[in-house]
Amino acid sequence: MAQSATGQDDGEQRLMLLLAVPALLVVSALVLLPLAWLVGQSFWDNGLSFAHYQRVFSEAVYWRSFGLTFRIAALVTIACLLLGYPVAYAAAMAERPWKALILALIVLPFWTSVLVRAYAWLVLLQRTGVVNQMLERVGLISEPLALAHNEFGATLATVHILLPFMVLPIYAAIEKIPPDLMQAAASLGGGPAYAFRRVFLPLSMPGVISGMTLVFILTLGFYITPELLGGGRVVMVSMVVSRNVELYQQWGAASAVGVVLLLIVAAIFYAVSRVVSFDRILGDK
Amino acid sequence: MQYAIRSLLGGALAIAGAVAVPGSGAMAQEQVLFVSQGGAYQKAQTIAILDPAAKKLGIKVNQDSAPDAWPVMKTQIASGKPTWDVVDTPTGYCLRGGEQGLVEKLDFSKLPNAAAMPAEYRSDYSVAYEFYSSVLAYSLKKFADAASAPKTWADFWDVKKFPGRRALRNHPIATLEAALMADGVAPDKLYPLDVDRALKKLEEIKPHITVWWTSGAQSAQLLNDGEVDMVMPWNGRVSALTKEGAKVAYTYTQGILQSTSLCILKGAPNLATAIKFVNEAVDPVLQANLPLHIDYGPANPNAFGTGVISSARAKELPSAPENASRQALMSYAWWSSAKGEEAEKRWLGFMQK
Repeated sequence: MAQSATGQDDGEQRLMLLLAVPALLVVSALVLLPLAWLVGQSFWDNGLSFAHYQRVFSEAVYWRSFGLTFRIAALVTIACLLLGYPVAYAAAMAERPWKALILALIVLPFWTSVLVRAYAWLVLLQRTGVVNQMLERVGLISEPLALAHNEFGATLATVHILLPFMVLPIYAAIEKIPPDLMQAAASLGGGPAYAFRRVFLPLSMPGVISGMTLVFILTLGFYITPELLGGGRVVMVSMVVSRNVELYQQWGAASAVGVVLLLIVAAIFYAVSRVVSFDRILGDK
Repeated sequence: MQYAIRSLLGGALAIAGAVAVPGSGAMAQEQVLFVSQGGAYQKAQTIAILDPAAKKLGIKVNQDSAPDAWPVMKTQIASGKPTWDVVDTPTGYCLRGGEQGLVEKLDFSKLPNAAAMPAEYRSDYSVAYEFYSSVLAYSLKKFADAASAPKTWADFWDVKKFPGRRALRNHPIATLEAALMADGVAPDKLYPLDVDRALKKLEEIKPHITVWWTSGAQSAQLLNDGEVDMVMPWNGRVSALTKEGAKVAYTYTQGILQSTSLCILKGAPNLATAIKFVNEAVDPVLQANLPLHIDYGPANPNAFGTGVISSARAKELPSAPENASRQALMSYAWWSSAKGEEAEKRWLGFMQK
């Protein structure tokens, strides 16, 4: 990123590094060390062994769960983007009292536990739930729809829980866009749609990219929501990890699954970064 | 430097030794550390069995609880200094512990109460402690009277004669047994389980299963909410619902009788006391106390002859002789064998298909 040459900057950089030391120590103690332990365990089966990886790569159950997990993560990310962008836009454009209200409504669910929210969705979506009862009373359906205990229910609840992680970064990016730019675009003859596409949207991309990244990564690790709303059919990677702890009674059997997930995510981000330059999008040089 | 560390260590050990002495002194009252699964279940035992046993033997019964005792058992043995004495855990773990050298082999000549129990209720490493059952439960709103209700696993599988939504446990244990009974295998001829046949039978019912439940609370909730019309839950979960007045019922016919057992950790610190305690814990009278406080059945059938359990209460208990005879007794020996572990591993593949 920023590579400066002057001596004054060097001194400042050294000070910055020094100030970052406590944070670096915390990160290495809480992230790097456990990660190293995790990787170490994955090669351990009463001695150095590749048995855990062999299993992950040879048994179809693992690939089915990886496939399902990435599919749901992609779905959730797209749904959050489609739902979240307009909300972020509205929040950024709204006048004072309304802005605060919209933001409060976005942040409010954060104060409720994931477990409670998953149960709330169950109450809404199940066969005898609020949604089915209302639809039946209105006469739109004669038989309750299967909204919960399947992939649909699990995905919907996950979208709800992760929506703020999409809205807030986009909101922050949009807030930074000077309003004059749209007026300038209009004065140069760009219609609203054209100006949005060529001026506004690219400037909001840093928020979009960070929102999508956050939501995608968080979905990959979701456990409680698909467990409660998936009816046992939605077996995400996180559930395979916990199953392996129970089944093999060894951390290694579970660690290997985690390490493979981590590597796949790293590979995806590497591939994406070859196509889109994150630095450019995030506004750096 | 090295010397300094060694003397420091020595000092620490000396202090630790000094602290440990009063507890292990000959003057102290005999004690035992008993571990169960916590919650209402452990509270019920405390009143029914643990306190009376302590009083009768003149020992102190210390308690700990671990919902999942197995990993702790393993680490305690690996550390070389176990602190637990007696563990109450699903019977399969006692057997596996015996195979892996984590659990003491029992001498039944020192356990007269256990020796008087049926041979299939005990093993070289375990004594059954209490029974529960995986049963067929149904909604009385859907099936108003016993005559129209599903009574066997074959009925549960018969979606034409018994339409309705169904739930099974998201786990092969007891589910494979139910599938085989649905396929016509007699309850006393289940083992060794024909896993291929069971999974094939389960494929048949799979499209009609609304939920594969994971927690006991969930299984009861599904039935109570009307989310499903029939389900295989544990008996205690349904009887708790009926006590609250829910319109649900269950049958012990073709239930799968399951147990937790007591086992003693290898090299338990209070081995002699632990043996005395285990014998007392399966005493018929103390065992008969248990169902007065919770919906689990005593493991010692002689409990039903003590007069403590009324005949009305006995009818509700999974291990009462007339109920037990209608059920399949789970073979934990099979489930903890290599074949059983293989079946558990195949389950995920079945769920994903």
